[in-house]
Amino acid sequence: MNPLAIIGRTLIALTREAGAMSLFAWRGVSAALSPPWYWSQLGAQFLRIGYFSLPVVGLTAVFTGAALALNIYTGGARFNAEQFVPNIVVLGITRELGPVLASLMLAGRVSAAMAAEIGAMRVTEQIDALETLSTDPFRFLVGPRILAAVITVPMLVLVADIIGVLGGWAVSTQILDFNGATYIRNTVDFVTRWDVVSGLIKAATFGFIIALMGCYHGYRSKRGAQGVGRATTNAVVSAAILIFAANYVLTTLFV
Amino acid sequence: MSKTDSDIKISIRDVHKSFGSNHVLQGVDLDVCPGRSMVVIGGSGTGKSVLLKCILGLITPDSGSIIIDGKPVTHLSERKRAKVMAKFGMLFQGGALFDSLSVWENVAFRLLYADGVGRKAAKQRAEAALNQVNLGAEVMNLSPAELSGGMQKRVGLARAIVAKPEILFFDEPTTGLDPITADVIDNLIRRQVTALGATAVSITHDMGSVRKIADDVAMIHEGKIIWRGPVKDVDNSGNDYVQQFVTGSEDGPIKVLAR
Ligand SMILES: Nc1ncnc2c1ncn2[C@@H]1O[C@H](COP(=O)(O)OP(=O)(O)OP(=O)(O)O)[C@@H](O)[C@H]1O
Ligand SMILES: [Mg+2]
Repeated sequence: MNPLAIIGRTLIALTREAGAMSLFAWRGVSAALSPPWYWSQLGAQFLRIGYFSLPVVGLTAVFTGAALALNIYTGGARFNAEQFVPNIVVLGITRELGPVLASLMLAGRVSAAMAAEIGAMRVTEQIDALETLSTDPFRFLVGPRILAAVITVPMLVLVADIIGVLGGWAVSTQILDFNGATYIRNTVDFVTRWDVVSGLIKAATFGFIIALMGCYHGYRSKRGAQGVGRATTNAVVSAAILIFAANYVLTTLFV
Repeated sequence: MSKTDSDIKISIRDVHKSFGSNHVLQGVDLDVCPGRSMVVIGGSGTGKSVLLKCILGLITPDSGSIIIDGKPVTHLSERKRAKVMAKFGMLFQGGALFDSLSVWENVAFRLLYADGVGRKAAKQRAEAALNQVNLGAEVMNLSPAELSGGMQKRVGLARAIVAKPEILFFDEPTTGLDPITADVIDNLIRRQVTALGATAVSITHDMGSVRKIADDVAMIHEGKIIWRGPVKDVDNSGNDYVQQFVTGSEDGPIKVLAR
């Protein structure tokens, strides 16, 4: 086959997918931001995305912070800069690892669950049924998920920031010879408001990506169990890749 | 007999719909008159469910027009669609109950989420609707997954009728039910039309049901309506296809895969 034709076809397919996704995002966002709101749906999503993700996010953060402290200590020791462990741990966690790793875990947990649930609703005609009951699926399903994710993922990341720093602190005081109080003081003196806030802006963006990918792929799920399975995989993979890409773009804006 | 627009509740003209190379509807023409019960018959996979979904606006036809109460409904905005949907009650072939909600919330869904009825009043109306399909209050708080297939179908039926819609669609309402419950459902559908004045479009394979619930019958075959007429004529339709379907015989113009 003509290679130009293959490239052309791929480009067209990509453009079409991007267009469909943008349209979907637009409908989802306008549903999230205008009445009527389905409060019970929103509440359920807050609980599911926010509360039930706490253990996953917390465990990810504590181990990341601990490993980060050890690595920075090793690296710092090569030019006698071990004392900077608290500073670099808090910078790395708040600006980068907290938002990115927590969101990646949430892509696995939340995007997958959304795609599977909405996909199953699609193939069992529950989404059609919603429409026949005068209820816009974008308002009932997509809007609350996007809204809940954009609000709760930053909250989760804030928790991850704190736990991550504590993970670094624990390793530094227990294994390395840091004084606990000094470590905390160095951390607090060093970290700026913008370090934290820029990480939370990242988190809100990633939350949007997580919910959008879960809903989009679930909504367009093909018929049958295989269709739902593929939708779930696509949701997780595309959410993860978009998180990495968005992280790079946001980082270039924030440095 | 000439018909003016107001004599026709649902008018379907030359509707085509294909899925890839699968040409399901190939020019369907059908009129449904207000206050009458239309039953669509036809072999499995001939596009009966697809036709119903086209009327409901869940599937957009490739071409052709669908007019309800004098207004075209094929390309509507979400808001206008919700208004049109308020006239409809639909029973899906697979039930399509929301498995995240309890049975009574399923039945009362439209009342709770679209009509703004209070939970207490909605629950009472849900209970009344469940009674009409022979289900007692004990199923109200169960989840749909805890019900048998036939019970799920009846919950779907209760959900379709609870708001007393003008137009009812039933996709195989009695499939999977025992003969006694099936008769209850047939009578219920009949009553919606005769007592409440609703217009009904049903799909069924069961000729017994057809005779009980239909005023008019239409047969779909190879993407077209090949026969329509009043129910009293189905037994001597003069159409070989209808004849074969009614008698359920293997011999006839409709080809069945040879075993
Ligand atoms: N969403 C869809 N995507 C692709 N093909 C579809 C879709 N919906 C229906 N079809 C195809 O359209 C054809 C008609 O399907 P439909 O469900 O309308 O049949 P039916 O007449 O209702 O049959 P049955 O009596 O078995 O319910 C089938 O070949 C089916 O595979
Ligand atoms: Mg069908």
